[in-house]
Amino acid sequence: MSAATSVAALRAAFGQAVVRDDRICGDAVVWVAADRCHEILAWLRDTPGQDYNYLVDITAVDYRDPELPLEVVYQLRALSRAADLRLKVPLAREGPLVVDSVVNLWRGADWLEREVFDMFGVTFRGHPDLRRILMWETYNEGHPLRKDFPLRGHYTRAEQTRQALGANPEAHYSMEELSIAQAYKELPRDMQERLEASGRLEGA
Amino acid sequence: MSNRFRDSRPLEYMRSGDETFLTTKVDAVFNWGRKYSMFLYPFVTACCGMEFMSVAGPRYDLDRFGCALPRFSPRQADLLMVVGTISHRQAPVLKKVYDQMAEPKWVIAFGACTCSGGPYNNYATVQGIDTIIPVDVYIPGCPPRPEGLIYGIMMLQKKIQGETFTDPTLRQEHLVNSDGLFLEPQRIDELSEPFGNSVHQTRSA
Repeated sequence: MSAATSVAALRAAFGQAVVRDDRICGDAVVWVAADRCHEILAWLRDTPGQDYNYLVDITAVDYRDPELPLEVVYQLRALSRAADLRLKVPLAREGPLVVDSVVNLWRGADWLEREVFDMFGVTFRGHPDLRRILMWETYNEGHPLRKDFPLRGHYTRAEQTRQALGANPEAHYSMEELSIAQAYKELPRDMQERLEASGRLEGA
Repeated sequence: MSNRFRDSRPLEYMRSGDETFLTTKVDAVFNWGRKYSMFLYPFVTACCGMEFMSVAGPRYDLDRFGCALPRFSPRQADLLMVVGTISHRQAPVLKKVYDQMAEPKWVIAFGACTCSGGPYNNYATVQGIDTIIPVDVYIPGCPPRPEGLIYGIMMLQKKIQGETFTDPTLRQEHLVNSDGLFLEPQRIDELSEPFGNSVHQTRSA
């Protein structure tokens, strides 16, 4: 019930940007335009009556029907009110698959957006470290969960195994992953300098 | 043949591939020691690990086979037991662990996923670890029964018993090409061709 009032409040605040809303299996779902979705998500998190402070998941859907757009799905929850809301952002297939990143709103969106990028190829503008997460960083077969990606992949098995063995698993750590205070002293000197220079160290 | 009898260096003579009474006795002792004191490296990644844990437990006991102590460092282990699905992302890690083990080393492929990719006939799973490392014993099953693992270990023990140090090819690495693929590329593709229901799963939308 409180989700339904959220939908009404969204329509009142954003008008045309809220393209459609529905109730699917008891869950409130809202479709919003891609260019204003960051603004809408920030409004949902910060407005006193809404307080959607928990980002449960970010995922995407590629429908089999080629006329339907690809949708990025945000699942939100207001912990104080125990209310759920699903926000869908349709992206036209022929246009650029780009959405604003919500990492500045919810830190948990970091890896969730990386997963959507890896599996669907949606770019998140403003993401601090957008690279593949489930497949290895130099994976070049495509984006596996798209419907035009065959289940066994494009390359032959031998080629896939060869490329998998060629990926260097130790080469791709982001600065964020390394800025753990305890590990700082064990890092080599040049890495420590790079961490300090990037300014992302939090009181090492 | 007569040259070898005049060879004054006994070790060279023994390594020439001729088995004699002395070499078989030495083999018997070494192999007895190796097969009854295996240090396992349980390279557990997925659900088969639960079966491995239950075999290591008191009901199906691994201790009575001498493989009680797992060593989670490849430098200290001699049996690499690959347990669970190996994804393509995990493949270089597995290969590195195998390369870091010292001879003599054996590999058991435990579970359907390690034998052939199991139910995961997709873009992300290695279709059998024998494409990247040599395997001594395959234990199929999803997951295999604990008795299956015990049977596999006893089979490996029989295999170890049959080894001889006079065979120089036994402890050589067999990389097919510089990519590190253990089987030839055509062979990997032949083995990974879809069959049965999988033929429907190679299509895209």
